[in-house]
Amino acid sequence: MKFVLLWTDLALWLMVAAVVVYALRIRAQANLRTTWRRVLRDPIAASAGVVMALFLGVTLVDSVHLRPALATTDGGTVYDTRALSTLDLLLARQIAMREVSYSVPLGTHGFNKESFVDAQGQAGRDYPRLKFGGSHLGDPAVQWAGDVARRATLGLVGGLAIAALLVALTAAALARHHHGWRHALADLAADRTVYPLRAVLIMLTVILLLAGPVIALMPQYHVFGTDRTGNDILVQALKSVRTAFVIGALSTLATLPLALLLGVLAGYYKGWVDEVIQYLYTTLSAVPNVLLIAACVLMVQVYFDKNPELFETAAERSDLKMLMLCLILGLTGWAGLCRLVRAETLKLRELDYVQAATAFGVGDLAIMGRHILPNVMHLVLITVVLSFSELILYEAVLTYVGVGVDPTTSSFGSMINLARAEMSRDPIVWWSFAAAFGFMVGLVLAANLFADGVRDAFDPKARSARPRIFVRRGAADA
Amino acid sequence: MLRFMLRRLGYGLAILVGVNLFTFFLFFSVNTPDDMARLNIGGKRVTQAQIETWKTERGYDKPLYFDASLQGGKQFTHTILWERSVSLFALDFGKSDARQAINIGHEVKVRMGVSLALALPLFILQVIVSIAFSLLLVFFRHTRIDFWGVVLCVLMLSISSLFYIIVGQFLFARVLKLVPMNGFAPGLDAVRFLALPILLSLLSRLGGEARLYRAMFLEEMGKDYVRTARAKGLGEGRVLSRHVLRNALIPIITSAGSYLPYVFLGSLVFESFFGIPGLGAFVIEAITGQDFAIVRTMVFLGALLYIASNALIDIAYTWVDPRVRLQ
Repeated sequence: MKFVLLWTDLALWLMVAAVVVYALRIRAQANLRTTWRRVLRDPIAASAGVVMALFLGVTLVDSVHLRPALATTDGGTVYDTRALSTLDLLLARQIAMREVSYSVPLGTHGFNKESFVDAQGQAGRDYPRLKFGGSHLGDPAVQWAGDVARRATLGLVGGLAIAALLVALTAAALARHHHGWRHALADLAADRTVYPLRAVLIMLTVILLLAGPVIALMPQYHVFGTDRTGNDILVQALKSVRTAFVIGALSTLATLPLALLLGVLAGYYKGWVDEVIQYLYTTLSAVPNVLLIAACVLMVQVYFDKNPELFETAAERSDLKMLMLCLILGLTGWAGLCRLVRAETLKLRELDYVQAATAFGVGDLAIMGRHILPNVMHLVLITVVLSFSELILYEAVLTYVGVGVDPTTSSFGSMINLARAEMSRDPIVWWSFAAAFGFMVGLVLAANLFADGVRDAFDPKARSARPRIFVRRGAADA
Repeated sequence: MLRFMLRRLGYGLAILVGVNLFTFFLFFSVNTPDDMARLNIGGKRVTQAQIETWKTERGYDKPLYFDASLQGGKQFTHTILWERSVSLFALDFGKSDARQAINIGHEVKVRMGVSLALALPLFILQVIVSIAFSLLLVFFRHTRIDFWGVVLCVLMLSISSLFYIIVGQFLFARVLKLVPMNGFAPGLDAVRFLALPILLSLLSRLGGEARLYRAMFLEEMGKDYVRTARAKGLGEGRVLSRHVLRNALIPIITSAGSYLPYVFLGSLVFESFFGIPGLGAFVIEAITGQDFAIVRTMVFLGALLYIASNALIDIAYTWVDPRVRLQ
């Protein structure tokens, strides 16, 4: 086995490291701690955060790549040309369960009729049995319903058991501060805890109840059906999560250096520096965004086609393409944040503490780095979380236009793109569309709700726009 | 006013020059005219002679930025950059790069009408519906209607516009057979083809827009003049429509105005999904066919419309708020 570090893997893990560093800073600083507590005390944001954490987990499992060693006859080691992720290894069974073509969710037979010649030499046309889906059943017509129901119930019971365990663990953890676990349970049920644990536990239970049956059915069935080439839809949807995460997170991160540097410079120095920077971002935003991105992506494509020696494996190529897409999205999308940072810096530089620093003879660079930059970080944070979901939606559009991720990379955009033709078939093939819809809405909705929570906590002006019923009683006086 | 207009015009020109230089650099630095010729002639064996004819036909047979073999000003004017830029600024878009070269200018003229037929009613309806919906939410603030309205908005803005299109097409065109699946016809027939894309586009943007407008209205609600209006004994409906709406118009114009260029440029996704031969579909064809002449033209046109709509927004400010002066 040989580990491979793809560019986006590196970027993702660096991002995780940055988040950990930020978390340590939160612990050290009282004001950040209070603000983040406000986010966590918001039941909706906390539940959305749990969902996001799960998706992040899938992403990270999918971001450790390795090339398995292949046995050779002469005893030497040769590595597979494909880079597999740990998620691929976990789902190895599902990936190996490759059918010929479409099949309905939980199906036992193919979707298209095929010609065959039976044992008596009679030729006929019928729906073929799937090679893997439900292949353990002797007579699907009779056994199928019972088998699926049995497995699904097993999964539900398992999910429920884990949920109960989680509740018990939470109650045990709360027991000391809530006068025994009985009181802790009662407080949990009545939502009298400091953090909205009830909402989080309900969310987790719902997820477990959804995931339980899927996991129980997965070994023998294609729970979400198969696509045109017979690949499991569930695997594709799970793999798409990483693409969405990479695009959503890395693209905004790529906007930060330019937006922060130019924004702070423009706001701090004013005068001609400001004029030039304003001219730059106005020019950039004058170009229709999709066109600009399309033009850049086409250029990168041409460059890649001219220099095929840059990559060893196909995975590296599509990965580099995705990274370039993120960079392009970042380099074309910094104008909005830059404008915000510039306005905030213009305000900050007139404040007393900056004036005092100037009077003490602190250098410009030091003032910008020590006094201005930390105070525009809340804008950065709000922008990052808000644009995360927008970018995931944008990826789908870009892939549809033909300038998104590589066709070999599974993404929600390419799933929808294929679904477009499938929906006009008769009878329609709806499951890959439905799976893409479910996963994408789950991810984007969670991201949006979490972003709202973060914005409300960091931007007092946004808080007043929140519908009142959203405000939790315990959180209001905390 | 005149001075403002002149300064605006000058700045607009500067931006256009910037956009033009930027796109030119972007397109020609990676992709030389020879590469483009090879790409567009297609096939495996492309002779140098074929490339030269292709380049001469389309005026790419000159140096990119600078011609050292000539004297004086011609060193700069006898280049692709100069000639392309001058013709773009004269709104003469030339021919496309594809093998069957089409006249871009003519195509843009015809297609812009089609895009307008889709995007203009959409734009007007968009503003009206979003304002109406968000005003409704503000009217019922702190009640369940507001709460569930916001929940609906968040849900709607979490769904990709592609989903709206696919489901809408399936439901209205295939199952209910109310409208044709896709296509376009000029004249009054167009209504049948445009109704569904307009409805779906409206839905796909309603969530985000209504939530934004709602926040803008609520910000106005906290101001003193609202309290004064209430103290005068005005009803809530009148306070909202006469005072809050008028004061919130400035941010609304800013936000709605950002869509103005696309009223002319059309929507990429909706036009290509519904087979409407507007500018958006044109761009998608150009991108998939890697026709850089068309993409360059559209970038220029987009920048032009952006500048024009920004000027329009500024004028609209003075119109809705007499306190704003242009200077």
